[in-house]
Amino acid sequence: MKAAAFAYARATSVANALELLAAHGDRAKVLSGGQSLMPAMNLRLVSPDIVVDIGGLHELGGFTLKKDILVIGALTRHVDLLRSGEVAVHAPLLRDAVAHVAHPAIRNRGTLGGSLAHADPASELPACAVTLDATIVVRSAGGERRIAAGEFFRGIYETALSSEELLVAVELPVAGEGSTFFFQEFARRHGDYAIAGLAARSVVKSGTFADLQLGFFAVGDRPLLAVAARRLINVSITPVTVAEAVAALTDELDPQEDQLASAAMRRHLAGVLLRRCVATLLSRPELDVGVAE
Amino acid sequence: MTAPVPVSLLVNGDPVEAIVLPRLNLADFLRDNLKLTGTHVGCEHGVCGACTVRVNGEIVRSCLILAVQAQGSSVETIEGLSDSGEIADLQAAFRERNALQCGYCTPGMLITAQDLLKHTSAPDRGAIRDHLSGNYCRCTGYQAIVDAVEATARARAERST
Repeated sequence: MKAAAFAYARATSVANALELLAAHGDRAKVLSGGQSLMPAMNLRLVSPDIVVDIGGLHELGGFTLKKDILVIGALTRHVDLLRSGEVAVHAPLLRDAVAHVAHPAIRNRGTLGGSLAHADPASELPACAVTLDATIVVRSAGGERRIAAGEFFRGIYETALSSEELLVAVELPVAGEGSTFFFQEFARRHGDYAIAGLAARSVVKSGTFADLQLGFFAVGDRPLLAVAARRLINVSITPVTVAEAVAALTDELDPQEDQLASAAMRRHLAGVLLRRCVATLLSRPELDVGVAE
Repeated sequence: MTAPVPVSLLVNGDPVEAIVLPRLNLADFLRDNLKLTGTHVGCEHGVCGACTVRVNGEIVRSCLILAVQAQGSSVETIEGLSDSGEIADLQAAFRERNALQCGYCTPGMLITAQDLLKHTSAPDRGAIRDHLSGNYCRCTGYQAIVDAVEATARARAERST
């Protein structure tokens, strides 16, 4: 299908983009890489009156390291995240996640800011943002505000962004010493949206979790930091504690059913991911196999 | 509100000027306005890969780009890659390995495979499958396609040593 008719404005600067958004409000859509917006428009899920193309605003690209914060511009493409030395060192979870985002031809266009602003609950980068305690930086004609990733995602395709605001950057606390990461998802085809996925960050000391953040995605209307993770911090991990955490996670999740999977299947897959994650981060493969529930 | 917009770009090395509606995607622009019908349109939401072209040297989905977004860029289609001889060996391998099947996905497969071979000199079958995973072949000729790409990679590696 083709997109419905719309007007097109090529923003010449961030200030110009903000003027356009202020003038058109929620009748406008921001186009960065277009890899989520264009399919949505082609499927007629959205029909904006005007598309504000920010693709030429190079000021919104690139990486800056400020002390222990890695600032990534909103227009940074997936392929840039994959190739970046800064990301590999300071935010390896993002690099691992991007390898699962769509396909090379799409990663060449899709942007970090676009993915976060689109807020598809099955997409990888919002889950990473929540897991890593990222701060989302947004700007409007009135100034700048910073939103914690955990507050940013509000529902399916729904964020804290107002129609007059532009997502300009993402700030990530750099990976601290001793931090380790895990990223896995189930998809029918590599690169497709996940049926269930997990982005995790941990600090392991003497074989136990001194810290553990479990950011599940595709199992709710937004990326979800599992409370069940707390059960695994500062305790000795046995098949029993893992099984209890899986049971707690299963109660905590409220996944939706769609053509890909039932809610029960999503709960089950989330539990499988939790076990794999714990076994991988602790380098104890026995925790992932042969455990009866 | 939805007024046509002027756009100028390079297509297969030739300058092109046009005035297009904002909603026109690059795939339809190439096919309908420029009669470059080697670029195929399948799903129109980025899933199938049949519309893959190169923009500024990188592969992209031309159904997910507006023609107006291609302003100032250099677009290469299957016609360009074919006419320049850049992928003659890959095309021959597709013929020899029976990887052409019905041919609908073939332009996208060739451009995507060439992108892999440009960046990786000796990809294994896993890497080939991974790189081509965004391109559907509804004839399910994948095995033969991977064979053809693998054979081309080997032949190119031998030629360069």
